[in-house]
Amino acid sequence: MSVSVESGKDVGDVAGAAAEQDGQRGTGEMGNSNKQQAESAPQEALRPHAETAFAGELAALAAQDDRPRPARWNLSPWAVATYLLGGTLPDGTVITPKYVGPRRIVEVAVTTLATDRALLLLGVPGTAKTWVSEHLAAAVSGDSTLLVQGTAGTPEEAIRYGWNYAQLLAHGPSRDALVPSPVMRAMADGMTARVEELTRIPADVQDTLITILSEKTLPIPELGAEVQAVPGFNLIATANDRDRGVNELSSALRRRFNTVVLPLPESVQAEVDIVSRRVEQLGRSLDLPRLPDGTEEILRVVTVFRELRGGVTDDGRTKVKSPSGTLSTAEAISVVTNGLALAAHFGDGVLRPTDVAAGILGAVVRDPAADRVVWQEYLETVVRERDGWKDFYRACREVSA
Amino acid sequence: MTGDGTNGGSVSEEKEKERGRAMRQPEGRQAGAQGPWLFGVRHHGPGSARSVRAALDAVQPGAVLIEGPPEADELAHLAADMDMRPPVALLAHATDDPGRSAFWPFAEFSPEWVALRWALDRGVPVHFIDLPATHTLALRAGDEAEGDDTDGTDGTGGDKAEEAGNEEQPPRPHPGALRVDPLAVLADAAGYDDPERWWEDVVEHRGGTGAGAEDDAGEAALASFRALGEAMGALREEFGDGGHTRDLVREAHMRVRLKAARKEHGDSVAVICGAWHVPALALRTTLTADRALLKGLPKVKTGLTWVPWTHRRLARAGGYGAGIASPGWYGHLFSAPDRPVERWLTKVAGLLREEGRQVSSAHVIEAVRLAGALATLRGRPLAGLTETTDAIRSVLCEGSDVPLALIEDRLTVGDVLGEVPAAAPAVPLQRDLERLQRSLRFKPEAADREIDLDLRKENDAARSRLLHRLSLLRVDWGTPAAARSGTGTFRESWRLSWQPELAVRVAEAGVWGTTVASAATAKARSDATSATHLADITALAELCLRAELSEALPDVMRALADRAALDTDVGHLAQALPALVRSVRYGDVRGTDTAALAEVAAGLAERVFVGLPPACTGLDADGARELRRQIEAVHTAVGLLADTAAAQVDGAGLRQRWRAVLRNIADRESAPGLVRGRAVRLLLDEGTLDEDAVARRMGLALSPGTPPPDAAAWIEGFLGGAAGGGMLLVHDERLRQLLDTWLASVPATAFTDVLPLLRRTFSAYESGVRRTLGELVRRGGRAAGSPAPGTEALPGTPADGFGPGLDPERADAVTEVLRHLLGDLVAVGAGDGGPG
Repeated sequence: MSVSVESGKDVGDVAGAAAEQDGQRGTGEMGNSNKQQAESAPQEALRPHAETAFAGELAALAAQDDRPRPARWNLSPWAVATYLLGGTLPDGTVITPKYVGPRRIVEVAVTTLATDRALLLLGVPGTAKTWVSEHLAAAVSGDSTLLVQGTAGTPEEAIRYGWNYAQLLAHGPSRDALVPSPVMRAMADGMTARVEELTRIPADVQDTLITILSEKTLPIPELGAEVQAVPGFNLIATANDRDRGVNELSSALRRRFNTVVLPLPESVQAEVDIVSRRVEQLGRSLDLPRLPDGTEEILRVVTVFRELRGGVTDDGRTKVKSPSGTLSTAEAISVVTNGLALAAHFGDGVLRPTDVAAGILGAVVRDPAADRVVWQEYLETVVRERDGWKDFYRACREVSA
Repeated sequence: MTGDGTNGGSVSEEKEKERGRAMRQPEGRQAGAQGPWLFGVRHHGPGSARSVRAALDAVQPGAVLIEGPPEADELAHLAADMDMRPPVALLAHATDDPGRSAFWPFAEFSPEWVALRWALDRGVPVHFIDLPATHTLALRAGDEAEGDDTDGTDGTGGDKAEEAGNEEQPPRPHPGALRVDPLAVLADAAGYDDPERWWEDVVEHRGGTGAGAEDDAGEAALASFRALGEAMGALREEFGDGGHTRDLVREAHMRVRLKAARKEHGDSVAVICGAWHVPALALRTTLTADRALLKGLPKVKTGLTWVPWTHRRLARAGGYGAGIASPGWYGHLFSAPDRPVERWLTKVAGLLREEGRQVSSAHVIEAVRLAGALATLRGRPLAGLTETTDAIRSVLCEGSDVPLALIEDRLTVGDVLGEVPAAAPAVPLQRDLERLQRSLRFKPEAADREIDLDLRKENDAARSRLLHRLSLLRVDWGTPAAARSGTGTFRESWRLSWQPELAVRVAEAGVWGTTVASAATAKARSDATSATHLADITALAELCLRAELSEALPDVMRALADRAALDTDVGHLAQALPALVRSVRYGDVRGTDTAALAEVAAGLAERVFVGLPPACTGLDADGARELRRQIEAVHTAVGLLADTAAAQVDGAGLRQRWRAVLRNIADRESAPGLVRGRAVRLLLDEGTLDEDAVARRMGLALSPGTPPPDAAAWIEGFLGGAAGGGMLLVHDERLRQLLDTWLASVPATAFTDVLPLLRRTFSAYESGVRRTLGELVRRGGRAAGSPAPGTEALPGTPADGFGPGLDPERADAVTEVLRHLLGDLVAVGAGDGGPG
């Protein structure tokens, strides 16, 4: 059984927005064989685990934490919240903020883990769900690797247990032939298990979790045994409830979770920062030439996305209809990246409204009938009248026609 | 808590202790044993209310003094009335100017209310000791002249606002420079960033442990009042009056009244006032000094009464300065005998179940646990509203804010409406109405009668305004009746009847304001936010214009714009547009500022333009007829709107875009024939499509490939159908020619197929019209080789059915009359023959 589970997700972004873009592409192929290969290489990992990367901060927190800790927790709930939100310890150690967002969310999440309810992090792509869950697990249990990567092909064995068939055939069913899942190991050791993309897991496999979460026990009928969770065990799941093709959680399962919805970035500026940073990173990996200045168009794309998503213009004066797409930060990033590629290869090297217009149209108009009206209405009532948006309006008219 | 307060102040410990002693022993006697007792409270604080009750029970005072207008002493007994149900408010208003008023709201959980009821239940005399309303209102008039705040919540309200704490204010303002927020300073000293939460933790959540003996509770309450007084003393020491200069006068008056009460009732007197005033009341001053402060205050004649209040208006969001964020939650804290969090969550679960969400008891249990754990994590003594709300969101609402908004609205704020006994004096709104009725010579009579108002006359216009405003307030004294004579917009007919129950309605409407105008404005605003249908809001906008409530109009417009933006049914928008454009025009006539209105109308038009073409597909016959009506209405409205002089409307652009929309519809294969025909016709009339283009489209629409019913519908749409369509054909030669040319070009073989379609349209015409048409055709005005279709008939060429040329003499006689009728601007003979 592989221990090091490389998630295949680039989550190294503060506030984590847009982190999951690559992840979704890769989730399907992330089989066991890949993981084993990744593990066999002993060099330094491309991206170390949270507990490794922030080992210093965790140790400093643990050393100065005098508040009561729940059983098998490395830190007190208060220290876990500080680890995520950042702060300065009495001895002057600075804890960097891992999550930039409402304090309330982190407090509810940590408190949930301290009760025996599981935690469900919901949100559209790019809201740092995975990032938060990894750091929570690292801070609470000191181990963020007990991970089940949810895909449409996730089997029941990934949540319960599998068999080492060579052992099974040679020695018959026994504890030694059993290959425990990350969840099973977390139960036995009182650790925090993580399930990524819970809603992508087929409904019948999801159901496996119900008993685990309510009875805190995992029966092994083949051996006439069971694994009982010890105090300290809990589970963090992340899910995306707005995408198409997801498996809705049954109400029985939902009932066993406390749900925390991670919001999209609060201000335009924060979102522009995230988009610019990620676009730059992506641009580098795609070998796109560096562009002199695209901030204006990025701001424009982000503004359009925010306004349509929020259903109200940034000045708060006009309401607009929201299209059916999610219009997440991750999509804004792909629109801008796409525009950059256009500008670099076919344009004059400067990101212009024409380069992003087609991308925006594609992101907004998911449902040809209803969304087109929404988009047109937005163009005519909001964009047309806005100062300095003439070029953009014209470009959008061209691609929409 | 005392510790927190003293540590926070920069005053030396010694000095402060001394001060505290001086304060709680105003006459050098042992505190607690004998009065007067000063109970500093937070207005509308349930914890304070509990403490006040416990303390009163413990000390059993001979008289109770409450911060409030002394004029209300005679009204105090009404509080014990069976029909009196809080929330209610004491309302003071200037008798000759009901618009100037002040409110003192009391909720069930207000300490003042608790004290009032405690005294009344035991027959203990009650006095209000604040500055009389007669001065407060007169002083406020002066403030308003200086541009001070004008909302109707001042008086005690202003003071309450300061005590309730304002988060925006810096916690440690420069002494004397800013209006000090005492609670914020105390909370800051205790390490809280939110003064509300500090107060909740330290005071509100203290009571209710209740299990101990009654005496203990009373003693604890007394101790907490003492501690609070000390803390306030330290604050006053540092900040003086904190910038509230008016307070010195008010406190002087309170001291005078306190002295008077002690003379009458002895020392066994309890005072319930804002915590801020406690140190000032404990101060030893001479009666003469206080009297000097009170000398020469301006006066105004005032009337006082009780009015029903609502939790919503107690809420800060409602604009009440001393408001609290969560009256419903406070009410719950006050009325819940024990385990407030558990009871609250059970209530929430009940509400969610009523709304059809599945919430099990297990959910509630988990929410309670989460709230408790959160409180521990945040270091609070008990889960407060924040923790409970977080728990509800996470457990009961599955992370969604939508059901949470419902809980906020229904429970946290709440819908509670107070009641006032009939014996309470008349509300100022009633007085204002009577005054208006007198000045307009407009007597209310029970008998049904109809009146005609000529809006050009000032008195009639004022009457119409009053009736419109009253109907907004649901006081249906007059109902609009169909005008008996004349259709001019300056005439209005009303059916009047004053029913006795209308007096009750007036009393109910008293909640909205003290004058008819202000009440109607407030009501219109509230209606605008709660209206769900677009048409309701447009109607409201029209009503606001008629009632001349220009202050409410921006809010109504905002609601209208929001609703229009979210309405996905283009039919609703198309219905709303004509009324709105009418309002723009009407506003122009009345001279009201309609800039906002025009802007909204233009925005609405744009939305219609975008939504109309896609809405033309997949319609049945009825739907097509409805849509055709709407297109015509929008066409007229766009024309009117483009003509208005408002700067917000780009008339030419608007017309141009509308034409583009019509063209789009005309060429839309999936649109019903009726609609397409109509669009082509409108474009023809506008001159956008030339006759060739129209002929081509006609040919297309009526070609064999088109199913016959559709083709017939097209012709009907194009020619105008039964009503008036025939007449038009008689008089519009160009149109007839177009039809004729097309008909002539139909191949003989196809003619028999087309014939039934034409017959279907023409058979609907009146027989006279049909006969005239037939005669015109027989006469064949156009000989062979006449101008090809598309060329205009030259002047002088005889039109079909008319004599050759003009008779200049006879025509001249007519032009003079026409000029009188139409004005000089209209060039005679420039009619376009279209209905638009």
